[in-house]
Amino acid sequence: MLTMTGVCALVAVSVLFFILGYLVYHGGKSINWDFFTKLPKPVGETGGGMANAIVGSAKLLLLASLLGAPIGFLGAIYLAEFSGSKVAFVVRYAADLLNGVPSIVIGIFAFSLAVLPFKHFSTLAGGFALGLMMIPITLRSTEEFLLAVPRALREAAMALGASKWKTIATVIVPAAYRGILTAVLLAFARVAGETAPLLFTALGNRFWSPGWNQPTASLPEMIFRYAVAPYEDWNRQAWAAGLVLLGLILVINIVARAILARGISVPRA
Amino acid sequence: MAATTTVPSASPISGSRSFLNRLRDGDEIARMITFLFAASVVLVTVLLIFELWQGSVLARHKFGLHFFVTQVWDPVAEQFGALPFIYGTLITATVSLVIAVPLGIGAAIFLAELAPARLSDALEFFIDLLAAVPSVIYGLLGVFIVVPLMRDYVQPALKNTLGFLPLFTGPAYGIGFLTAGIVLAIMVIPYIISVSREVLMSVPRDQREAALGLGSTRWESTWKVVVPFARTGIMGSIFLALARALGETMAVTMVIGNTPTISASLFSPGYSIAAVIANEFTEATGDIHLQALIELGLVLFLLTFLLNGVARLLIVLTSQRGSGTAHA
Amino acid sequence: MKRIAGNLLAALALALTVVVFAHAALSITGAGATFPYPIYSKWFDEYKKKNPTVEINYQSIGSGGGIRQVTEGTVDFGASDGPMTDEQLKAFQDKHGFAVLHFPTVLGADVPTYNIPGVTAALNFTPEALAGIFLGKITKWNDPAIAAANKGVNLPGNDIVVVHRSEGSGTTYIWTDYLSKVSEEWKTKVGKGASVNWPVGLGGKGNEGVTGQIKNAPNSIGYVELIYAVSNNIPYGNVKNSSGNFVKADLASVTAAAAGAAKTMPDDFRVSITDPPGKTAYPIASFTWLLVPEKFSDAAKRDAIKGFVSWMLKDGQNYVEQLSYAKLPKEVVAKEEKALAKVQ
Repeated sequence: MLTMTGVCALVAVSVLFFILGYLVYHGGKSINWDFFTKLPKPVGETGGGMANAIVGSAKLLLLASLLGAPIGFLGAIYLAEFSGSKVAFVVRYAADLLNGVPSIVIGIFAFSLAVLPFKHFSTLAGGFALGLMMIPITLRSTEEFLLAVPRALREAAMALGASKWKTIATVIVPAAYRGILTAVLLAFARVAGETAPLLFTALGNRFWSPGWNQPTASLPEMIFRYAVAPYEDWNRQAWAAGLVLLGLILVINIVARAILARGISVPRA
Repeated sequence: MAATTTVPSASPISGSRSFLNRLRDGDEIARMITFLFAASVVLVTVLLIFELWQGSVLARHKFGLHFFVTQVWDPVAEQFGALPFIYGTLITATVSLVIAVPLGIGAAIFLAELAPARLSDALEFFIDLLAAVPSVIYGLLGVFIVVPLMRDYVQPALKNTLGFLPLFTGPAYGIGFLTAGIVLAIMVIPYIISVSREVLMSVPRDQREAALGLGSTRWESTWKVVVPFARTGIMGSIFLALARALGETMAVTMVIGNTPTISASLFSPGYSIAAVIANEFTEATGDIHLQALIELGLVLFLLTFLLNGVARLLIVLTSQRGSGTAHA
Repeated sequence: MKRIAGNLLAALALALTVVVFAHAALSITGAGATFPYPIYSKWFDEYKKKNPTVEINYQSIGSGGGIRQVTEGTVDFGASDGPMTDEQLKAFQDKHGFAVLHFPTVLGADVPTYNIPGVTAALNFTPEALAGIFLGKITKWNDPAIAAANKGVNLPGNDIVVVHRSEGSGTTYIWTDYLSKVSEEWKTKVGKGASVNWPVGLGGKGNEGVTGQIKNAPNSIGYVELIYAVSNNIPYGNVKNSSGNFVKADLASVTAAAAGAAKTMPDDFRVSITDPPGKTAYPIASFTWLLVPEKFSDAAKRDAIKGFVSWMLKDGQNYVEQLSYAKLPKEVVAKEEKALAKVQ
């Protein structure tokens, strides 16, 4: 019976390696320099690449981070350092609720807030949708790491006469910076792969998307579009895009965990 | 840690310090700014619920509770019923749990009880990575690997052996409820494993030792003592997984067949709430259509909200139980 | 480490700014039908080469999406193979205070494509057979209704897998418009529309999705625009027209289908050419339209779109035949050029 459990664990882990292996094989075959530098070609023509989707994803994620990280970070500071328990409960509850919202519903919300009133699909709307998803992850994780900073540190700073915000800025946050960075990275990796919210916000673009106010292509959206299409060349490109996307996400995850594994910079009390 | 002002010159009557005076020491600004950001989280969440509610008002008034029991989804006649989508969502989630729960708990038991610490941590690292794989990649693999596998091997085999059951009748399309359930199972297994593993590891030592002391085998002590002790937390992990499975969009829409059908057969194509929203939202012809889709979004939101709430409650209960009888 | 991270971030921001703002082209967004997507993507690509300052980004989300988004105003123009209904036109008018105009672009055809193991021939389909299959009444490939028109072809006794569109589609509109004309039962039971309550079948997203499904699923049948079947090398059938001839969809038969309509084209260009008279006419052909608002608040966009439509009516038509679409009849082109002046 015990060996059965071992088999279960093996099956679970081998799925990951299978996925990776398949993507590396198929994606590796299909990836070429064009993929990173060229724009998509008209329907039915082979060749072309996803340069615009790569840049589009980068822009979307930049916007998402600009929205999600500060709100999560500063909100967490409030929860950890300033708030009373009732307010903290409400904010945490709201964050957990937001975290559990299916991404397609976030897409509906972002559409009504960021697309309809402005009358166009845009990178901003897409970034907004993804940023919303980053908020709860950064908030809760950052709060945890801030709370984990030992009391002794805070009290020492205050005993030396530092005001509260100075303590936070110069002692507590630096002490927790590894955890905070990890939180942001993990949130980033999580939204990097999201497709559903982008369907109604960033829409898609066969060309470069100028500025921030136009629809834009993105890696996950291109994968979706190309995977279900009948053109073999598109399928090939979908594999390549899948490899790039998954590679990016896994690298970020591994880096984030490595940062954390090096330990909190101050020993716990 | 409760917030207290550190200004030593605070007078007993707080109102006598002027606002500007309080501002100067910087703490108040910091407090206000961070409060604004924290409050914005609550604001956004409330706004989201409001938009879902408002955005579906026409559909809610037109269909009322009939929405949940009507099978028809007809944009031409403007008749919309949620039943096929609720059915599809629940069926695929159920199939995924039937596969993922035994595998997941088995793996979690292995990692928590049997594997040496370093192996357990290493494997957990990989399982966490599995959780990070985005839905569209699962969809990609689903379309090119799982679907042909199902169509050419698994479904015919099931039909030949278990074809007398209504579950396995009908043509083998490759796509459908079963395939979607299998892809979902792979997606939710990491959640079951990591939460169950943590919960099992938090079961106090004395429980195991007592069981072993009474002469039970390793397996008996695990299965009959440790697991039951942690069962509420394990249940919590299942609810968490269920919540995740219900909300999945991309992987499901790529393999489920996108047809609003209710069928006893798992081979049948179907539809889920998330999938129909993704497919029809940008082109819902007519306001009622769009609002019916938003109402579906509201339903999905409520379902996941409930499940997440129950899940967290269960997990919290287990850890309290564990710490309550903790071995000092 | 923080300094490096900071510098890296600054460099990234700079790079992005350069990429982003180096692009001074006027960007126009359109969305809609997948039916003409192959020719539209070619056209917009070619047009950009000739006019580098104008970038027309077209997203094929389905005709239903095109109609909806142009009505919402979230895209600059829409595209649909099913003309907007009176209600939809009124909704647009009510919302914006001015009308939306239809401009036909090409002629195309819905063809019945299939994937039957062992069958590479072009099957003959009668209207009754097609209606029966899509109604779910004809369930096996060797049903007499199909076999009768295909003597000599070895049709297997396998179950037919029907594939249709999962989203609001002009291609669906054309198909159901035809079936409503040739089958009373279809007309009453299902009706015509961009999104209907399908009695049977799997849903695929876009013409691409349906083609993909058919390619991968044995014993399947679906309806797609001609170019999708041709470019993916899947067989498609001949359909019996109103004169009793089994006609294959090609440039000649599609042009013949539009011959009558060309002379009697209404001013708003909304016309159905399914099941037309004519010995050589293909029965399931259709125009496809660009949906252009009558008024634009942005003069640059208006001029760009008008410029494109002009180009499309003349030079653009030279690209259509290599992608298996038929050119617009001369009378229609002349009429459109006059109508273009209405766009302000």
